[in-house]
Amino acid sequence: MSPIDISTLFGRSPVSPLQSHMAKVQACIVALEPFFDAALSGNWSKAEKAQKKVAALENEADDLKKALRLNLPTGLFMPVSRRDLLEVLTMQDRIANKSKDIAGLMLGRKIEFPEPMHKSLIDFVKRCIDASAQAQIAINELDELVATGFRGNEIKLVQSMIKTLNKIENDTDKIQVKIRTMLFKQEKDLPPIDVMFMYKVIDWVGDLADIAQRVGSRLELMLAK
Amino acid sequence: MEFGTTFIVLACVFGLFMAWGVGANDVANAMATSVGSKALTIKQAIIIAAIFEFLGAYLAGGQVTATIRKGMMDTSLLVNSPELLVYGMLASLLAAGIWLLVATRAGWPVSTTHSIVGAIVGFAAVGIGFEAVKWAKVGTIAMSWVISPLVAGIVSYALFRSVQRLIFDAEKPFQASKKYVPYYIFLVGFIVALVTMFKGLKHVGLDLTTFESYNVAIGVGLISMFIGKYFINKLKFDPGADEDYHFTNVEKVFGVLMMFTASAMAFAHGSNDVANAVGPLAAVVSIVQSGGQVAQKSAMAPWILLLGGVGIVAGLVMYGKKVIATVGTNITELTPSRGFAATLAAATTVVIASGTGLPISTTHTLVGAVLGVGMARGIAALNMNVVRTIFMSWVITLPAGAILSIIIFFMLKGIFS
Repeated sequence: MSPIDISTLFGRSPVSPLQSHMAKVQACIVALEPFFDAALSGNWSKAEKAQKKVAALENEADDLKKALRLNLPTGLFMPVSRRDLLEVLTMQDRIANKSKDIAGLMLGRKIEFPEPMHKSLIDFVKRCIDASAQAQIAINELDELVATGFRGNEIKLVQSMIKTLNKIENDTDKIQVKIRTMLFKQEKDLPPIDVMFMYKVIDWVGDLADIAQRVGSRLELMLAK
Repeated sequence: MEFGTTFIVLACVFGLFMAWGVGANDVANAMATSVGSKALTIKQAIIIAAIFEFLGAYLAGGQVTATIRKGMMDTSLLVNSPELLVYGMLASLLAAGIWLLVATRAGWPVSTTHSIVGAIVGFAAVGIGFEAVKWAKVGTIAMSWVISPLVAGIVSYALFRSVQRLIFDAEKPFQASKKYVPYYIFLVGFIVALVTMFKGLKHVGLDLTTFESYNVAIGVGLISMFIGKYFINKLKFDPGADEDYHFTNVEKVFGVLMMFTASAMAFAHGSNDVANAVGPLAAVVSIVQSGGQVAQKSAMAPWILLLGGVGIVAGLVMYGKKVIATVGTNITELTPSRGFAATLAAATTVVIASGTGLPISTTHTLVGAVLGVGMARGIAALNMNVVRTIFMSWVITLPAGAILSIIIFFMLKGIFS
């Protein structure tokens, strides 16, 4: 062996582990859609299978998160601050956590939304998945950002991606208001405790897009530094 | 001189062993950035290293060898006892060799240059006398150890920023890379050729004026550029490759450039590090052949550099292959564009140091250059703990080389006189 081994100078890049984590998170939130399909149609055995899949993916994302955290020793010199990186990771992970919570709550209480709301609910979930997908697109630009030294056209590209993400989040807000209004109109005819939890599910689904947006804004903080 | 032939044979054996060690171990770091960025296969890297390490050692190794041989001590004090210088130089070679073996076994990151300089200063200061050391010159050398990584860092920062600006930030990065990379190739050929010419190639029968040197350097630059263009034009743009990582095609163009920077790096390394092995040998040979005169003026015999070059290539081919493969494949996060910036910056710094006769550590210079790219936010993760260990190592290496060479010096003195 050489007396000085220059290869030890190069640390393991956190970029691709962060992207793999986001890919897992995305798989997890995407699995919510079949879950909602099953739950809304009242097919609870099918919903249970779908919920198990969401939970399993959330677990896998958790493992990736822990592995990345352990691979970030303090002596590492990176183009982005360690704190920003860990915050992005935390935000990404929350998307998966929330997905698991939503599926768990709906299945646990066998919440049955009134039929007229179903279509809007599915749209709502889909749009939140879009938000997370857009966050993933932005996160996938991180290696190009490193290549360009966080400068120039690449920055503009990522900023426009984040802009799109904000627009999608805005859409989800609008759908959320619409769904809440629908529920409000019917709530007197429904069991009160169920209604409470329906509001909770709606809030949590809305949170998915909020958190996805926060992934984007943390990424934006990295650009600025 | 009594035992004259014995001394020369001993010095040749020790010197050849050191050169072998330089080829076996140190070349790996010089080639690592090229192999690690996958611009070169290991086989290509070894062929390039063998050719250009030899050329660097033979054509441009003279200045640093002169410094090691007679630059650090005032030999006028030794007019009446030239054998002391012979013992000292043999002791230094042995001391540096032993220290490198020990450190390598223990896994300490030490530099050949620091070992040999520490050893020579050690025997001179203790074995001959404190005033025998040219402290001003030694001070300059020590300063150059701090400055060379800094300069390399600044140059690599500037190079990488220019690449970002001209190519990565362009509307069409691939087209931009095809346009600008040939100029970088010109730069590589031009700088290396110019520094080498300036310091004279008299020993190979070439004595050029400044004007001629510039012309030849421009010529070398242009020839490199045309060879590079030929290879770049052969590259095919593959739109599918850019889907996952948008700069895959651009990096292929940089891969061509990397062949030239790798050659420059091997040349630079050969020109600086050959002296660690043959500098002391040159001193012994000149004393013995001049019949015991410690003449400062005598020119160095050309075969000495030749021997050094051969030793390095032998070490490289016999053992260095393995080390290059290990070190190179352990670097996974380096792309050709970044590898190029770091390697060219280091090669330029080292080749200028060689021209100035300053023995510097190629590896430290390369570390500085890699950090420069990191400063430009171009590398995803650098292990700063390693940097600390590497730079700490010379604090240990200098006294270790010195103490060992003092002990061996007195042993040789006891044996031969």
